[in-house]
Amino acid sequence: MDDLFQEFLAETAESLAVLDVELVRFERESSDTTILSNIFRLMHTIKGTSGFLGLPRLGSVAHAGENILGKFRDGELEVTPRAVTLILKAIDRIRGLLTEMEAAGAEPAGSDADLIDEINALAEGASAPSCGSGAEPAGLDELSNLGPRFSEDGFPVAAELLVEVAEVLSAPFQVLALAEPVLAPEPVMAAAASHALPKEDQPKQAEVKEQAAAAASSIRVNVDVIENLMTLISELVLTRNQLLQTQRGQKDNDFKVPLQRLSHITSDLQDGVTRMRMQPIGNAWNKLPRIVRDLAVETGKKIELVMKGAETELDRQVLEMIKDPLTHMVRNSADHGIENGANRLAAGKPETGTIALDAYHESGHIYIRIADDGRGLNVERIRQKAVANGLTTEAAIAGMSEQQILQFIFRPGFSTAEVVTSVSGRGVGMDVVRTNIERIGGTIELSSVAGSGTTFLIKIPLTLAIVSALIVESSQQRFAIPQLNVLELVGVSDRSEARVETVNTSPVLRLRDRLLPLVSLRGALGLPPQGTSQDRFVVVAQVGANTFGIIVDRVFDTEEIVVKPAAPILRGTRFYAGNTILGDGSVIMILDPNGLSSFAGQIDAGDSKAQDSHGAAAGPMSNRSSFLLFRAGGTELKAIPLELVSRIEELDAKAIEHVGGRRVIQYGQHLMPLVPFDAAHSWKDQGHQKVLVFSDNDRSMALAVDEVVDIVCDELTVELSSEHPGLLGSAIIAGKAADIVDVSHFLALAFADWFELAKSRAATRRALLVDDSPFFRNLVTPLLTSARWSVTTANDGVEALKLREDGQQFDVIISDIEMPNLDGLALAGAIRSDARWSRVPLIALSSHAEENDVSAGREAGFDEYLAKSDPTRLPETLARALRQAIGRGETDPLRRAS
Amino acid sequence: MTTIETTVAPSADNHGKDAEAFVTFTVAGQLFGVPVTQVQDILTPDAIAPVPGGPPEVRGLINLRGRIVTVIDMRTRLALPRGDEKTVMCVTVESDGEPYTLLVDSVGDVIKLPRSLREANPATLDAVWRDVADAVYRTDQGLLVALHIDRLMAIETK
Repeated sequence: MDDLFQEFLAETAESLAVLDVELVRFERESSDTTILSNIFRLMHTIKGTSGFLGLPRLGSVAHAGENILGKFRDGELEVTPRAVTLILKAIDRIRGLLTEMEAAGAEPAGSDADLIDEINALAEGASAPSCGSGAEPAGLDELSNLGPRFSEDGFPVAAELLVEVAEVLSAPFQVLALAEPVLAPEPVMAAAASHALPKEDQPKQAEVKEQAAAAASSIRVNVDVIENLMTLISELVLTRNQLLQTQRGQKDNDFKVPLQRLSHITSDLQDGVTRMRMQPIGNAWNKLPRIVRDLAVETGKKIELVMKGAETELDRQVLEMIKDPLTHMVRNSADHGIENGANRLAAGKPETGTIALDAYHESGHIYIRIADDGRGLNVERIRQKAVANGLTTEAAIAGMSEQQILQFIFRPGFSTAEVVTSVSGRGVGMDVVRTNIERIGGTIELSSVAGSGTTFLIKIPLTLAIVSALIVESSQQRFAIPQLNVLELVGVSDRSEARVETVNTSPVLRLRDRLLPLVSLRGALGLPPQGTSQDRFVVVAQVGANTFGIIVDRVFDTEEIVVKPAAPILRGTRFYAGNTILGDGSVIMILDPNGLSSFAGQIDAGDSKAQDSHGAAAGPMSNRSSFLLFRAGGTELKAIPLELVSRIEELDAKAIEHVGGRRVIQYGQHLMPLVPFDAAHSWKDQGHQKVLVFSDNDRSMALAVDEVVDIVCDELTVELSSEHPGLLGSAIIAGKAADIVDVSHFLALAFADWFELAKSRAATRRALLVDDSPFFRNLVTPLLTSARWSVTTANDGVEALKLREDGQQFDVIISDIEMPNLDGLALAGAIRSDARWSRVPLIALSSHAEENDVSAGREAGFDEYLAKSDPTRLPETLARALRQAIGRGETDPLRRAS
Repeated sequence: MTTIETTVAPSADNHGKDAEAFVTFTVAGQLFGVPVTQVQDILTPDAIAPVPGGPPEVRGLINLRGRIVTVIDMRTRLALPRGDEKTVMCVTVESDGEPYTLLVDSVGDVIKLPRSLREANPATLDAVWRDVADAVYRTDQGLLVALHIDRLMAIETK
């Protein structure tokens, strides 16, 4: 009986979760008899089973609820929010009783007369005119005798109940957390909902049969068993690795073949158990409809919750970790994001607000998008609050983009809610949300458009338990780097082509004409210096949009490692993602590239004070990039994105020649023009001239500078106010004010023909530039404007489409692919499917330009697809793309026809 | 790695309220005690994997039968000078579900100390010690400082 009781508790909890969801659905679609039948059936089952087990309180509450449902079904009672609220209350009461029962092992004493009276009053009131034939509201005395009643009423009732108990116990289940009884598996809901039940009795038997059949193929397993199994598998994987390691040093012997088999079986077993731990993300969502519904009723708003991809599966452990953050964000959206009906109508939006949840798999990660079409975040208020709370200064925030200001909501101690409601305060806890997500190796991005809504995009790994990792060594200590973050390995030595160089004290690597900021593992971790050998390796790692190199002494192979969380006292160290035991039994730390990335391009990491202050100032952010700081044409610091610079050279002043009134230098096979930073530059006759080289395949230009100061990693915060040619504006980079240099200006000076205007053109053409990166907007806009294009910019696809709504017309649209809210592909689709812009040439400009990216772009409707990866070539490729996109017969759009 | 399981007869347990059993060990000549019920293992560590960048109190990690255990350097934890002990021992305890092992100079015995010998922390005790000491016992071998494991593990991390 004890087992039966446990089963009943788990079952009923699940039924309640389904009831929550279904009732909310029913309230919206009250004419749908299928939903009602399902609700009725669930409630009836709870009542029946309670009676069977002798639980009078539970039974009487369920009976009262069923009573109202019966009246809904018979059309005697109108489906009103009040009535639904009452049933939801009854469900809550049952849930409360279950919790107490689980703790106490028996139904608690007490009375539910208050609730039952309220429910009966409603039922009575409605059915008073036609009372008599309808289901008679049961009195309390009678109900409390519900338990024994079946025996008094004779066999048939008992038999019916027994069938129902059997039905309950044989219903199909997937592996579920018993400890989390409120989880209701999606398939059960779907299966239940898909059974249309026009009448109660006939199809029911069929359903019972079907469910019984389903029961045979799935069983319920306690979560502890699976967790245990996972731990054992982890140990097995380790032992397997150990054996493989031993075998590796041996010649072929009898163990080889069986060992290989063991290895394969272990891998399969690991896969199997990992799959077993997978649960649909819908499990973390199923409370949300109820939460949103209650919030909507409480605040008098109309909100629709749209959920897509609920079947997307992810690891149980990950699921647990994101459940609360998700709930929190949806609450925030409902409470603060969505405006009330009147305000929405006034803003020209539909009265009902929408919160959309979307989950999907992509390249080993799960993406979850939470979007609302509410008022968006109030940038102005965040700005004020950030300053008021001392998170930043007026001066610093003045140079920040909206995107950067929005990021403040993730900072601890930030809240914009003037009135913190009972439900949530927007911003309260967003730092916790971010911390939780980052703890499991995820990231969260935010974008918000005033008046049209806020979108969060969460990216999390599929599983945390077992990952593939690269084992490296520094100062004779081994570390693991998650393979997911590793792009490539480069061997470096003084003799090889790839060399580690330093700019000031920051190490950089020339990698295929690009300068890659480096972080020395030894330096970052403060390991003891080691030998003099210069033969080292650079692990090129990627974190979000950042690419950087990690210098290590040696690289071993890749191993499947079992990630074990580090002890709590080690969690304050941001270099580590956990630790593990290798095949040889040794314990090693797993590096967290996220934590290391903030060191890339930093002043020598030996200075621990600088580390700390930097770490405290800014966590790794998606919009951080590396900058080269230098001085030229004055004492002010100038900054240029490091990715634009292909080389830093020191030229012999004597080698500089004059050709056609310009300074050039022989550089490889070509003449490279030398451009001074400003006209007042005093050229040296002797010694060396420092230059920054920008190059494309066969052309390079050199910008003469006085001094290269440093490489720093910081957020880009351009203020677009510079009147000075060659400067985009000023910014604060690594705490210092610096002018951001407009590379295109100097490219134009070097190669005037790239940018010569098509002066003959009569009318200015209009271009729309869609890119979420202010940097690229700032880079491309001058290229276009200098060619007489009038440029309009948009932050993302949604903003772009708004321009269409405003009736704007463009001659060309250049769009990034990866953007928040609405990405480039979706934008292209939207553009092509609407007559207004369908004929406008469309150019994609993306950092991902692999073959499949290009074909996906073309499929979506782009005419041309350009790689962002080489911005110095942008003028040329853009000109070509414009020419091709706009039509071959046209005047050259960027260059004068020769 | 050699492991000595602590086998403690139920009688040695602190059944009665009048006495408590301790595992004793010394650090820099000072006698310490940890309630025997909290000790999981006593071992001689080898292959301690360091954790660069971690708190100074953490000497490193060891693999204890497939479990990763954090090694706490008791000298650093108790603000004692670094010694030059030739041999060291480890006393494994658990705090908040997490295994830790205390790196000490030598492990003594399991002794049962009557409540009557228990004294509150002397007011003059060093602040660090006062924080981690539960009480002080007068024993034949001198004063024994009874440690409070959870407080001992409350190491501040930046």
